[in-house]
Amino acid sequence: MVEGMTDVLDAVGLTKRYRGVPALDGLDLTLPAGSIHGLLGPNGAGKSTAVRVLATLLRPDAGRATIAGHDLLTDARGVRSAIGLVGQTAAVDEVLSGRQNLVLFARLGGVSRGDATRRATELLGRFDLEDAADRSVSTYSGGMRRKLDIAVTLLRRPALLFLDEPTTGLDPRARAEVWSAVRRIAHDGTAVLLTTQYLDEADHLADRITVLGAGRVLASDAPDTLKRRLGPDRIVVTLPAGSLDTAEAALEGFDGTSVDAERSTATVDASGGPRTLLAVLAALERSGVTPEDVLLRRPTLDEVFLALTDKELR
Amino acid sequence: MNALRSGGLLTQRELLRWIRQPATPLLNLVFSVMQLLIFGVLFGGSIVVPGGDDYIGYLVPGLLTLTVLFGLSSTQTAMTADATRGITDRLRAMPMNSSGIVLGRGGADLLMSAIEFALLLAVGLLLGWRASASPAAILLGLLLLLWLRFALLWVGVFFALTLKGPAQVAIGMVMWPVGFVSTVFVSPERLPAGLAAVAEWNPLSATATAVRQLFGNPTGVSGGILAEWALPLALLWPLALTAVLLPLSAHAYRNLSR
Repeated sequence: MVEGMTDVLDAVGLTKRYRGVPALDGLDLTLPAGSIHGLLGPNGAGKSTAVRVLATLLRPDAGRATIAGHDLLTDARGVRSAIGLVGQTAAVDEVLSGRQNLVLFARLGGVSRGDATRRATELLGRFDLEDAADRSVSTYSGGMRRKLDIAVTLLRRPALLFLDEPTTGLDPRARAEVWSAVRRIAHDGTAVLLTTQYLDEADHLADRITVLGAGRVLASDAPDTLKRRLGPDRIVVTLPAGSLDTAEAALEGFDGTSVDAERSTATVDASGGPRTLLAVLAALERSGVTPEDVLLRRPTLDEVFLALTDKELR
Repeated sequence: MNALRSGGLLTQRELLRWIRQPATPLLNLVFSVMQLLIFGVLFGGSIVVPGGDDYIGYLVPGLLTLTVLFGLSSTQTAMTADATRGITDRLRAMPMNSSGIVLGRGGADLLMSAIEFALLLAVGLLLGWRASASPAAILLGLLLLLWLRFALLWVGVFFALTLKGPAQVAIGMVMWPVGFVSTVFVSPERLPAGLAAVAEWNPLSATATAVRQLFGNPTGVSGGILAEWALPLALLWPLALTAVLLPLSAHAYRNLSR
């Protein structure tokens, strides 16, 4: 990040209550220009409320925020000129074609007809949608819709882009495409605030992750720092039937060993990274157990919350 | 972006939708013509208008008024669909004047009504309907119908913003008694006293009767408020509806951010 660069988003103490119940409870958030910030949390954590408040769709009950120099409470129009919003549903006209959607929303954003047409063609190319450009959006796959949805927000080159769970419901390939689009958007200088329920998504994309629970910030850190706080990755070994006890005995000396009889798996903390993986395999081999499958995975959101709320309680 | 320009663009969007998916507007038009055929041809012979005038002359202005009422549900459905799809939120998060959203809707809805009028009048002509009035009077009649349509735009917007699922369906049902307990199909003089009073004060009756007067068609009323005051009432009812529902709709729109 460039030294002295002003933050594109600076929010302090944002609070939003529904019938007295806080959906957002004093959120502080800062985003430097061109950075990607992941807002991580389960359903009901306040992620979408945070995005809707910052995108001027909901009025906060308390707190303040500045977006690209515009005050959220007194200059909503200024904020709107600086942001793009991709909500949880693809907010495009199903009947119109991709190109017609792009031209329509560009012109609604004040772009002239000629520039709108040019910008639409450019974005269709960039998002690999040329072949489908003149088909009705109703014929698009989930991934194509999502890309079109993102393209619509880029028509006006926003300083800050909100992506509310951009990959929920997408297949892995579409997900990868959205990820690379998001990286490129940030690379081009637009700051991105993305909400997600997936730790690996936040980990892959974000420069910084804020974990939300019940409308409050549980943790906010760089992904690596956060992951250290959350504990190591887990090694999950799927075992052949009947070898669970042997395997458990063989893995006794490792950190965090547990077995799941129902799934026939043993889980070990990968405290030493890949070296632990090699040691686990060697130990199993010595006791004559050949794993059916081995995988290294990030802590799940459940485990993250357990770790973070444990720390809160301490 | 000012409201007129964004409204114009959103009306254009609706026209593009009609071109890409003509089934939707066509079904709408078929429904209007079907009503004219059912009531004009099927029931027409059995309905007597006081004075013994021909029923088709009475029916056409009435049905024009009824399509205006049913137009309310296209407003409501389209606004609700945009809200559900997140398009309303997208527009709200853009630096454009929010009145443009309703103006765009209104432009498309009024245009659709005008097309329905043209079609109903054409089919009416085939069935024997004739106007005995100057072109200016006919035009004024059509403008009165659009004026009511404009008022009902706000009713549709208000319901779309405030009602959820089943309540919205209920509005579709409520439209039937509102449409039928009026002078659209039958003269109030042939209704039981209680219903006749309701029908006389129904805003649709004022417009239907005023349009009949302007078209030189049988009005079915020989005395009472409609015979005397149909034209002023046809101007005032929509004004009153707009005066109440425009601010309520604006309030409901602002409440979206609560």
